[in-house]
Amino acid sequence: MIRKTVANVTDALAEVKDGMTFMLGGFGLCGIPENAISELVNLGVKDITCISNNAGVDDFGLGLLLQQHQIKKMISSYVGENDEFERQMLSGELEVELTPQGTLAEKCRAAQAGFPAFFTPAGYGTEVAEGKEVREFDGKMYILEEAFKADFAFVKAWKGDAAGNLIFKGTARNFNPCMCGAATITVAEVEELVPEGELDPNQIHIPGIFVQRIFQGKDYEKRIEQRTVRQK
Amino acid sequence: MLDKNGIAKRIAQEVEDGYYVNLGIGIPTLVANYVREDISVEFQSENGILGMGPFPFEGEEDADLINAGKQTITALPGASYFDSATSFAMIRGKHVDLTILGAMEVAENGDIANWKIPGKMVKGMGGAMDLVASAENIIVAMMHTNRAGESKLLKKCSLPLTGVGCVKKIVTNLAVLEVIEDGFLLLERAPGVSVDDIKAATEGNLIIRGEVIEMNV
Repeated sequence: MIRKTVANVTDALAEVKDGMTFMLGGFGLCGIPENAISELVNLGVKDITCISNNAGVDDFGLGLLLQQHQIKKMISSYVGENDEFERQMLSGELEVELTPQGTLAEKCRAAQAGFPAFFTPAGYGTEVAEGKEVREFDGKMYILEEAFKADFAFVKAWKGDAAGNLIFKGTARNFNPCMCGAATITVAEVEELVPEGELDPNQIHIPGIFVQRIFQGKDYEKRIEQRTVRQK
Repeated sequence: MLDKNGIAKRIAQEVEDGYYVNLGIGIPTLVANYVREDISVEFQSENGILGMGPFPFEGEEDADLINAGKQTITALPGASYFDSATSFAMIRGKHVDLTILGAMEVAENGDIANWKIPGKMVKGMGGAMDLVASAENIIVAMMHTNRAGESKLLKKCSLPLTGVGCVKKIVTNLAVLEVIEDGFLLLERAPGVSVDDIKAATEGNLIIRGEVIEMNV
């Protein structure tokens, strides 16, 4: 077995530098790599580009990096829950590339799977299509979207093992599997790092080949963004 | 005139047995409350669940189980979870039968705008551009006019587009309309609303053929 385990988040994020491009899993605050984000704040890396579906909220998730003005550019599909984000974007401090959600996911998966680009109908005829190649297939119009290129992918899984195999839980799966193997180095943090042989190979969502480093995460807050309930 | 729940109730009548349905944020989310109980329907949420159930009981919320509006939800028997690329494969690949979403503006040629007000509000398109570019059956749920009282059914959208020529049907607080070649065909009017009221609230070309029936809601 090829071992991917590192001792902690500090070792996992060694070689992270200013100006790099990072992919971060999660949808809203669900399934975000909390430990990696905290470490990026600690390291104080600047001028980074973040590829993440959302930008967190003002005081959690990627909002923590925005507060410290560490992010130069965000590539996201929806950023509506973060006032500081909106302020930095409208004032021009922050460069933002809004990308349709399915396109964002596929640009990750294309990078993972070795496709340089793909055609999608999403965004045809809108400002998203500006400057992009357009082509017609079977009477329908598509635009050419290119795969992402990133230095690190930070993902969070529920369970993992030393081989880097990952299992996700519920809708915390979201973008995390798409980003594994889509960057030069994929760092997986897990709620539970289980002993060798404990994960059933039939149940693995992401095989370890897509993961370079894995570590046991700690102190997960798992904050709920919109607590909605019904009465008994 | 309908309220938001009324709009949702009317749209629920469009949901058929065996449909996989994607519900957008806002009024569309309410549609799930009014779908007939004698049919089998599964709701898809693009963050990665098919078979979405109602909100959890208090104390049973799970941070790892949310919908695309980031609300805590439950999963029904037969539900499945998947990653974002698979989710949009369902959408782009036309495996989802019906998409219901909100809009800021709809044009008489079926164009839709719902993601950006330049210089003021930029929340992003989320999954809306993928949904409208791919789905063959799209219903827009919205108020007929904006807060300033201006029509949201226009000759041409003034805001940045989400998709072109994609909206087929619109249900508002005043009417049910179908987008056809020449404009908005008025199918039904809301209880207590006259055809003249709808004319006055519609900037785009409104087409009236014969008597317009009142909605059954």
